[in-house]
Amino acid sequence: MKDRNHLANIGLTHHVKVIENGLIDIPMLQVLQPDGTAHKQAELPDVNEQLASKILHTMQYVRLLDERMVAAQRQGRISFYLACTGEEASTVASAAALEPQDMIMSQYREQGALAYRGFSSKEFMDQMFSNQNELNKGRQMPIHYGSKALNFMTISSPLGTQIPQASGYAYGQKMAGLDAVTICYFGEGAASEGDFHAGLNMAAVLNCPAIFFCRNNGYAISTPSEEQFAGDGIASRGIGYGVRTIRVDGNDVLAVYAATQQAREIALKHQCPVLIEAMTYRLAAHSTSDDPTGYRSKDEEERWRLKDPVVRFKAWMQSKGWVDEKLNLTFIEETRQEVLKALKLAEQVPICPIEQIIEDVYDTPPWHLKAQLAELKTHIDMYPDAYPKTSGRG
Amino acid sequence: MATMNMLQAVNNALITAMSDDEKVMVFGEDVGHFGGVFRATSNLQQKFGKGRCFNTPLTEQGIIGFATGLASQGSVPIAEIQFADYIFPAFDQIVNETAKFRYRSGGQFSCGTLTIRTPYGGGIAGGHYHSQSPEAFFAHIPGMKVVIPRNPYQAKGLLLASIRDDNPVLFMEPKRLYRASVGEVPEDDYQLPLGKADVVKTGSDISLLAWGAQVEIIEKAAAMAEAEGISCEIIDLQSILPWDVETVCSSVEKTGRLLINHEAPLTAGFASEITASVQEKCFLHLESPICRVCGLDTPYPLAHEKEYMPDHLKTFEAIKRTVNF
Repeated sequence: MKDRNHLANIGLTHHVKVIENGLIDIPMLQVLQPDGTAHKQAELPDVNEQLASKILHTMQYVRLLDERMVAAQRQGRISFYLACTGEEASTVASAAALEPQDMIMSQYREQGALAYRGFSSKEFMDQMFSNQNELNKGRQMPIHYGSKALNFMTISSPLGTQIPQASGYAYGQKMAGLDAVTICYFGEGAASEGDFHAGLNMAAVLNCPAIFFCRNNGYAISTPSEEQFAGDGIASRGIGYGVRTIRVDGNDVLAVYAATQQAREIALKHQCPVLIEAMTYRLAAHSTSDDPTGYRSKDEEERWRLKDPVVRFKAWMQSKGWVDEKLNLTFIEETRQEVLKALKLAEQVPICPIEQIIEDVYDTPPWHLKAQLAELKTHIDMYPDAYPKTSGRG
Repeated sequence: MATMNMLQAVNNALITAMSDDEKVMVFGEDVGHFGGVFRATSNLQQKFGKGRCFNTPLTEQGIIGFATGLASQGSVPIAEIQFADYIFPAFDQIVNETAKFRYRSGGQFSCGTLTIRTPYGGGIAGGHYHSQSPEAFFAHIPGMKVVIPRNPYQAKGLLLASIRDDNPVLFMEPKRLYRASVGEVPEDDYQLPLGKADVVKTGSDISLLAWGAQVEIIEKAAAMAEAEGISCEIIDLQSILPWDVETVCSSVEKTGRLLINHEAPLTAGFASEITASVQEKCFLHLESPICRVCGLDTPYPLAHEKEYMPDHLKTFEAIKRTVNF
């Protein structure tokens, strides 16, 4: 057995040495300035016109989707929505730096990553209308997307639960010898959950090729980040757990792309986790159930509107001559129409038949669920008008 | 008296408790300046200061562990878990720590001043993570009390009693009624006894038992049954643990029949415990099997919420089946 000495790497001091907060400097990677011009010293990632256009279009798409669905919720067409306005660069550019075989485990504000993977308007709408075409069979509230085909794990509302799961998923990828990593998105609020600490520590100790991507958007519903933690953000914790860590401007597409690309390389090459803290701002309300006027000022929001990630990236693309304004306007108008059309179609589609209520609880329904379904069907037949969505469907 | 909805009654109870005892502190996610996602803690921080009403980091296990320690020190914490669906990270603290604090120390230490408030239950299109009714999990923990009000009057009186009870209490608020249930509430300080059921209406043919938001469901079913000449006694259990076996059994001895309704899944729901106890104590008085109208043994669905719920129609049919057994 190997002799071990757990003090081997610890130096000595002969005076009481108090390590104070802020002694470790964790700078934020920024490539593009808010006006879209690149910092002179910055090293630009390799992003060509085609990739840039896909990133821009995806960001514009999710913004239109968000606007449309917030309105649809206000109109009472869906029960709930959660927009990602202001955070598009964080999720879209990070997803762009991944490979399709990489697993995405998201929190709930990562529609940008999902859209980048190719989730269609129809798929978004089917989910939000909980209809029978929906991939999760209409079982969860709007925005709880999931797609096996796109390697996007179905979203769960409880916060932070996906973090240790990502460690486990990535460990499985490593053991299977796959050329793939797992990216795990979460907010700075969710990072207060015990699962964050458990997940990061396990990933570090068990050398899991996972990218932990924190969207530090300043708020957990109403709670500002200074009431969430007293340390230097989330990045400082990565260091504590022995996880390689990058802090990045989350409103800067090129910085997020560069950071995630490098994180993926490290995770694969060294078979280890990497933590990215993306500094951004939740310009949207937490959800359609929230009203931010109760906890933050319009002025504060306006200051962040000036750092709009879509505007910033588009300005950079324009400087490269990659934006045809007329074509882009056409894209926006066509997308708007396409989203609306998908919405109108999805809201007409019925929910799953009642038989589905007992499916997927287990691999096959046990006797007691079959009995409960039979009883329920008899009851629905007795009062068809009281259960209009499921009665009279054979 | 003032007209209040359930949220206002909860808020009023918290103000009453905080005014009465400066050791009372209210905390949880978003409960501070914002006043909670449902606004149950509105203006408490403004009124009593940041030291006594504050936001916590987003960690349920932290909130309950913190609250347990704070209670053991002699303060009177009222901790909010934003949704009962999110209480499970705190399950270890509640089961192994909060509930056993007094017992394991031979009575030297106690966290009995702790009250945990949490909204629970369905009917709000919340799917399985904003609709669950986990009372039975907590009814299985010796050392905890579990209390559920059905209207604003009960909410204030039971919450004040829970705060002042010298045992940790889980106070579960039926969020479907937060704004929907409106009634007259005394502005003064008052308490309703824990461990006592409330006979809402007397009747002779069958006893209907529920708690929280399901009380109005059995009331609706009872009205349908009465129209067919079936006389229903309606009981709100109010306290899940310890529960008022005496009131329930004396009702069953009178009517000879019992129907229990809860939103939580049938299997191992709290109706199972009530059924076992009642058949034990009232066996010779029973004229029909005790009937349970409950949620299905599936996760709480979204699209099929209406079908899943133990609604008034299912209850009405079950009343007829039980009476005509």
